[in-house]
Amino acid sequence: MKTREQWGSRLGFILAAVGSAIGLGNIWRFPYMAYENGGGAFLIPYFFAMVTAGIPLMILEFGIGHKFRGSAPKAFASISKRMEWLGWWQILISFIIAVYYVAVIGWAISYLFMAPAQTWGAETKDFFFSSFLHLSSSPMDINSMQWPILAAVAAAWAVNWFVLFCGVKKGIEKANKILMPVLFFLVLLICGRALTLPGAMDGVNWLFEPRFDKILDYKVWAAAYGQIFYSLSICFAIMITYSSYLPEKSDVNNNAFMTVFINCGFSMLAGVMIFAVLGSMAAQQGVGVDKVVSSGVGLAFITIPKAINSLPAPAFFGTLFFLCLVLAGLSSEISISETVVSAIMDKVGLPRKTVVTLFCTSGFLISTVFATDAGLLVLDIVDHFINNFGILFAGLTEILFLGWFFKTSVIRDHVNRISEFAIGNWWMICLRFVTPVVLGYMAVANLIGDIRTPYSSYPIEALLTFGWFLVVAIIPLAFVIQKKKTTTPLLRTK
Amino acid sequence: MTTSALLMMLFGFGVTWGGAALCISIAMKKK
Repeated sequence: MKTREQWGSRLGFILAAVGSAIGLGNIWRFPYMAYENGGGAFLIPYFFAMVTAGIPLMILEFGIGHKFRGSAPKAFASISKRMEWLGWWQILISFIIAVYYVAVIGWAISYLFMAPAQTWGAETKDFFFSSFLHLSSSPMDINSMQWPILAAVAAAWAVNWFVLFCGVKKGIEKANKILMPVLFFLVLLICGRALTLPGAMDGVNWLFEPRFDKILDYKVWAAAYGQIFYSLSICFAIMITYSSYLPEKSDVNNNAFMTVFINCGFSMLAGVMIFAVLGSMAAQQGVGVDKVVSSGVGLAFITIPKAINSLPAPAFFGTLFFLCLVLAGLSSEISISETVVSAIMDKVGLPRKTVVTLFCTSGFLISTVFATDAGLLVLDIVDHFINNFGILFAGLTEILFLGWFFKTSVIRDHVNRISEFAIGNWWMICLRFVTPVVLGYMAVANLIGDIRTPYSSYPIEALLTFGWFLVVAIIPLAFVIQKKKTTTPLLRTK
Repeated sequence: MTTSALLMMLFGFGVTWGGAALCISIAMKKK
């Protein structure tokens, strides 16, 4: 009789969940968000968001996955047959993220090989946009394939394929048992070395110096909730899938707390690492850290390489930093991909190896778009729309459905019965009131913002094609998949 | 580093890694 795969150990599950949550955003988004929104004072709304949204949502998703023992579509269909589409909506979002996220990992792999000789040179901005990406003038202007980038993307897909092919216990668990300790060790190593450099402590001071007046601004609170929401891999089916592999007798509540704390703790470490390096660079240039700080792709591939050039032992820092990016990216990519693989396996009943091979092959073919000269521009649009509308609206729908149209106490009773400590009414209050209000506010604000001012300065046809069309089209597609017959009798919903 | 920055840094690390340590100790006790 075919049974669902399981984690080999509790440590394996926690490392996999942490590996999923810890991604590029912890390294290149959190430090800037904290610095920009009140420095040390940002930690107050950030931790408030962690307790009122991050932990409750994590417990909810772990609880659903564990109770209904299936990927997101299967879990939602178990609650209500009519809601399977919500799971597919999240799976389609995961699929899209999987195909563009891997491109960034590809860039990081390329930079990892350039790090020993700092091939990016002194003008890191010109190098990144012109020599490395050969960036075209418009996202609609796709002229050529960047073969070195495509090779790196293929390598990332190959690793992803191998890990998923080996299964939950022998693949994902084993990989995260290597990736996570190595990642933490590398970040600590960079922190240890960087903090001894002149100016590094000034950089850290810029990050943590509290500006308490900032927390009176509601936008700072929205930013804190956004940071928590986007950095925990919640609301796009991952944590439901991962917890569905837990053995029957498993803790849920403590595991959820642990995952969230470790993820946020890693963000703090990453903040120290980034600002120590930026502080050292700023000191050498004789400017304030505010003159060199940035976030996202610009931070990782322009600012940090520039900072590395000015540091002692640049090969050491460069190799370690880009290795961190690759490891953090891969552990997240594996989880996003597994979410899609698991859902397809649940639906059509094909063996894992077949589904993984089909998924990785089709994913790689679509990823080629992001290895072209317009790759960064297309990626920027897709990422913006998937994050600001896809994940957010899918998350809002999930929380409204589970909080208001489903007896959430069923999940609470389930997790309390099996966990090391129980959760009380605060969990229900956060899920039913706090989280929907905050996510609802963010969703409306994003919608109004993008309608009033189209994103960046991209041509409208590019925004419609890679943005609006994509995020809207996946919703009817989710309904179409729901209509298809589930062919796995053992996993068919009751 | 200023005292206020240092305190906020300790607060941040205390909540996150302190929280994680507490969870791990609960898990160890219940084992």
